[in-house]
Amino acid sequence: MLKIKNINSYYGKVHALKNVSLHLNRGEIVTLIGANGAGKTTLLNTLSAIISTASGEIMLEGKNVVGLPADRIVSLGLSQVPEGRQVFNPLTVEENLELGAYLRYRAGGQKSEIAEDLERMFQMFPRLKERRRQAAGTLSGGEQQMLAIGRALMARPKLLLLDEPSMGLAPLVVQDIFKVIERLRSEEGTTILLVEQNARAALKVADRGYVLETGKVILEGIASELLENKDVQRAYLGRDKKEIWER
Amino acid sequence: MQIWDPEYECMPREEIEQLQLERLQATLNRVYKNVTCYRNRFKESGIDPEDVRSLSDLSKLPFTTKEDLRLNYPYGMFAVPLREVVRIHSSSGTTGKPTVVGYTKHDLKVWSNLVARFMTAAGVTSDDVVQIAFGYGLFTGAFGLHYGSELIGASVIPMGAGNTEKQIMIMQDYRTTALVSTPSYAVTLAERMERMGIDPKSLSLKVGLFGGEPWSESMRREIESRLGISATDNYGLSEVIGPGVAGECQCKNGMHISEDAFIAEIIDPDTGETLPPGSVGELVLTSLTKEAFPMVRYRTRDITSLDYAKCDCGRTTVRMKKTMGRSDDMLIIKGVNVYPSQIEDVLFAVEGCQPHYQLVVDRKGAMDTLEIRIEVTENIFFDEMKLQKAFLDQVERRIDSVLGVGAVVKLVEPNSIPRAEGKAARVIDNRKI
Repeated sequence: MLKIKNINSYYGKVHALKNVSLHLNRGEIVTLIGANGAGKTTLLNTLSAIISTASGEIMLEGKNVVGLPADRIVSLGLSQVPEGRQVFNPLTVEENLELGAYLRYRAGGQKSEIAEDLERMFQMFPRLKERRRQAAGTLSGGEQQMLAIGRALMARPKLLLLDEPSMGLAPLVVQDIFKVIERLRSEEGTTILLVEQNARAALKVADRGYVLETGKVILEGIASELLENKDVQRAYLGRDKKEIWER
Repeated sequence: MQIWDPEYECMPREEIEQLQLERLQATLNRVYKNVTCYRNRFKESGIDPEDVRSLSDLSKLPFTTKEDLRLNYPYGMFAVPLREVVRIHSSSGTTGKPTVVGYTKHDLKVWSNLVARFMTAAGVTSDDVVQIAFGYGLFTGAFGLHYGSELIGASVIPMGAGNTEKQIMIMQDYRTTALVSTPSYAVTLAERMERMGIDPKSLSLKVGLFGGEPWSESMRREIESRLGISATDNYGLSEVIGPGVAGECQCKNGMHISEDAFIAEIIDPDTGETLPPGSVGELVLTSLTKEAFPMVRYRTRDITSLDYAKCDCGRTTVRMKKTMGRSDDMLIIKGVNVYPSQIEDVLFAVEGCQPHYQLVVDRKGAMDTLEIRIEVTENIFFDEMKLQKAFLDQVERRIDSVLGVGAVVKLVEPNSIPRAEGKAARVIDNRKI
């Protein structure tokens, strides 16, 4: 589905991604874990062409997408749910969702299909249906996150990038969000690349994971095995924090 | 035929290579950060892990040799703190100290799984009763096969090496279906059975998994016909993981290397240059999944060649030929790695000076024998038979404890050992393998 080789990109002047290679198979949930500033968000932004790729290869379904503008990437089937949700506050829930299908509409997509998808979103997120005429800015954090995911899904992506979906949400709401992620894969067959601060929850829902450290991948593995990895536990799961390196 | 891990064993080449690149880059980033030896070696060669952008860039990296392991004895090459290491094994070093390797919990899990792959390929299933006739202890062989069998769900008999008649009794009584040993020990078993008047075909034995030493196709035919089993070869070395690097499938046409866990290269042992696919040369291995003891471009000193053609069994992994020799002077005697330099060390320690000596390796029946001939010098000249006997006994004991295999030591006339340039003349190998 997605194959990345040796991508390098810069966040301002900082060399934020150094030779990162990774891949996602169809229907997989893959998570990126790493400390703040490790380059996780930069990687997602590079994939969706919000940040330009300095060098390297990004193959989306066999097609090199490096250098394509962001809207082309969306129309090729890659959608990102940005960190902090970024819903359009003054617009209603329904309008936000419709904007998610903007490119399909522009490309002459069937209005009836878009309307069907809208209904599907309301089925998946009943809370959004209740609030369809409400301004997005008045929703709770969890509802806004659902809306942001729904908006991305309206583009009918094959690959969904989720950036910190649990950020700033109450634990119970976080659970709901992770349930949604699992459902997306099982019901919609969506391939998901997930960036999370909450490494434990992310590794529990994911199939595989990559550990990023200062812009480099230092570990790749089955998610359940990464959960057991001492380095991962020490650095990202808050266990054995006091232990220091020794020889 | 069953495939244990079809996802990885039958992966299309393009996907294997992507996975290998990802894991290689992660491994390099990790060893650069955690292992001083690698960091220094990379810096000396002016290489940064970031310079590795494709699998072919691997050839820019320096080799790791047995010598590096010796210099970093015991734990210098470990990439995790010792408290995360749950197992330590070792193998013979070229001189003096042995080589130490470590495994984390995850490493043991990965190791078991790799062994389960080749055992499954060799025909072992959860219905089998596996008799392991490798030595337990510091060697990796027995434990590797033990874990692999358990993971498959077979019944394991951790018999250990030697005690041939008991092996045969257990084989009969416990209805062993799979034998794990060195190939030469399989012949020993067959011979002993004949002498005891036991028909091997009356046993339940079906398959044999043989490793630890090189063996030939004619030896395979001999074992298969005498024991009435299907015999397969497997390959591994403790510095890299132990058994589990590669193993034959039922096609018996080369050993499948687990390429999601190792990258195999063939180099010219003299120039160090990487050779194109199909060439005969020295096997160099890089580990991709190991935590405690990652290996980057380890020179195995084993001579072989690689075949990337798809195998009839359906696996897509590259196959290595049976090893055809060594690019150093290591001898494999009864499955134990022996370096002439180790023997030199013992002789030096006993005598205080370097004698002229010669090693004669032979095979009596199926068992290897090692004879050490030492030229008499003034230092070792004894006119008393008792003293001479005591000296020989002492040398034999020391050799046995250092090498882990017994040897017969003999004194010979001064100047009776031919003087020649190079080490090769020190060793006469009369075995026909």
